[in-house]
Amino acid sequence: MVLFSRCPMCNIFWKGRNYKLAGMTKAKRPKVAVFKFASCDGCQLSILDAEDELLDIAGAIDIAFFPEATRRMLRGPYDIGIVEGSITTPHDVERIRDVRKSCATLITIGACATAGGIQALRNWKDIKNFVHIVYTSPEYISTLDRSMPVGSFVHVDYELRGCSINKYQLIETISGLLNNRRPNVPTHSVCITCKMNNNVCVMVAHGTPCLGPVTQTGCGAICPSYNRGCYGCYGPMESPNPSSLSERFNQLGETRHDIVLAFRSFNAYAEAFRRESDNYEK
Amino acid sequence: MVLQSGTKRILKLTPDGLEQILDVLHKIGFETIGPTLGNDAIVYETIGSIDDLPQGWTDKQEPAAYRIIKRNDQAYFGFNAAPQSWKRFLYPPDRTLFRIRRKGKGLEFMEQEENTAELALIGVRPCELEAITIQERVFTSSEQRDDSYLAVRKKLFIIAVNCTSSGGNCFCASMNTGPHAKENFDLALTEVVNANEHFFIVEIGSETGLSVIHDVESAEPTEDEVETAAGLVRQAESQIRKLDLDTTPKLLSANLEHPEWDEVSKRCLACGNCTMVCPTCFCSTVEDTTDLSGKLAERRRRWDSCFTLDFAKVAGGNFRTSPRSRYRQWLTHKLSSWVDQFGKSGCVGCGRCITWCPVGIDITAEVQKITGT
Repeated sequence: MVLFSRCPMCNIFWKGRNYKLAGMTKAKRPKVAVFKFASCDGCQLSILDAEDELLDIAGAIDIAFFPEATRRMLRGPYDIGIVEGSITTPHDVERIRDVRKSCATLITIGACATAGGIQALRNWKDIKNFVHIVYTSPEYISTLDRSMPVGSFVHVDYELRGCSINKYQLIETISGLLNNRRPNVPTHSVCITCKMNNNVCVMVAHGTPCLGPVTQTGCGAICPSYNRGCYGCYGPMESPNPSSLSERFNQLGETRHDIVLAFRSFNAYAEAFRRESDNYEK
Repeated sequence: MVLQSGTKRILKLTPDGLEQILDVLHKIGFETIGPTLGNDAIVYETIGSIDDLPQGWTDKQEPAAYRIIKRNDQAYFGFNAAPQSWKRFLYPPDRTLFRIRRKGKGLEFMEQEENTAELALIGVRPCELEAITIQERVFTSSEQRDDSYLAVRKKLFIIAVNCTSSGGNCFCASMNTGPHAKENFDLALTEVVNANEHFFIVEIGSETGLSVIHDVESAEPTEDEVETAAGLVRQAESQIRKLDLDTTPKLLSANLEHPEWDEVSKRCLACGNCTMVCPTCFCSTVEDTTDLSGKLAERRRRWDSCFTLDFAKVAGGNFRTSPRSRYRQWLTHKLSSWVDQFGKSGCVGCGRCITWCPVGIDITAEVQKITGT
């Protein structure tokens, strides 16, 4: 998660309003909107998946706009905007700018919104070729040449990583905003979580290539807990060193192509992973 | 056999006798924790009897590599340092310190109950014993006493096991912490296993140890048997890796700008594994959380590492942003400034940081490069 200072755009928008989120009283539940861009909906669904906490969430916030869940659609402005999905079309670019203007605090959720998602694999190819293969009338398709994270177009206040996100991190973030405190969303490696969970390291003890040392924690180290290597769903950790890890993968018998594939998945276009896969593709 | 307190301090025990010791410990309310097979490793977990021990198994350890393999005998303790140390039992990875609840117009503070676990640790290696002593010094010093640690530590029963062979990454001999346990145990075993016999030589280290073994079937060992056991432990002293305990602290602090810090930071992942598996690393972070309603707040303490970015984040910025500075902080604290702070080195030579570093950075090799020894 990256905590940014408040952007000038927001300040302009909020000028003259008589309340702000930080000082909000109980009587005024924050208006929350959930927006979808290019994505699979899995991250939004994790809100609904928070079954045990759903009533508490509904009690604490006013869900004003959430087409995936309810036909109630209140107009903005909103106190909190939750954005899922990557920006892939010119229309997306316009829409995300509108979303930003209508939300005091913007939270991006999931690998698509924070890194461009699995669909960013197209960023290495010529999009025109895909359009011609897939659509019978390609002239109707208006698309960007790349799938980009939301942060490339507008200022983002908080980002929650993962494919998909951890619902408890979302609840923690909302809870932090509601209670005027910094949300606890660690950005260190998956390894620390593995060790806290008493997992035996799959790379050292089994020789299984694992992206855990360069990947941000958040999932609870699910894969290593089941004796599989980390797939890097949460993207690069705070100070990643992929080239050192790749060298180790190489010693473990992974080919250059294997290494390209390892870094080129859900967070392929996140800078540290992108550079590493590019280095091994040369 | 009946023992008089303070008379005989060395006994001979069969594997059956060890089982009886576990029975006695269970009867007086101890939870016994010891080595056992799990996830293709020998890990420390709750054990019920000696059948849970990894009999006939050993481990092979190299930088960034750990494998368990079959031994050609039936030794119970024929392996080396487990993936993680005992510290998680005394200093849990995640602990709630207290909760606060809104009550009317006030706040109600709810302190966590004291940890009442009575733990018996079976198979503590001499280096690990030293590590427990080091952490005890940290957690029970008068300035910042950790009562939850003290509560468990006070009731701890320790059966140490002397090492009769060293692992590939062990360097306890040069750190003067092993392979023979000298003190701070209740009982210490040396396992002797050969074609004809299988027994333990037991040293009694405390009155509790004496009372536990009091009614257990044991015999008086012959001088030969005691010597055989001692010979096996001496054998474990030959280790490939070593650190110079006397010169390292000064030489490290005199070489803070050595080019090797840059070299090692190219390999270092800053993942924190070395600090997590280190039996003496004690750093933690404190997090405050609330529920959605804001009626319940909680303060938690969880393991932290000097390799995380948050670790050095203070008002005004972060004073260790580069992995180089974080690696240097870890190594110089462990081997140099720890001595100034606590009067002893923070390293016990267990070799875990070498084995469990995903890219196999070897602390002894780094020290040799940096100090030119």
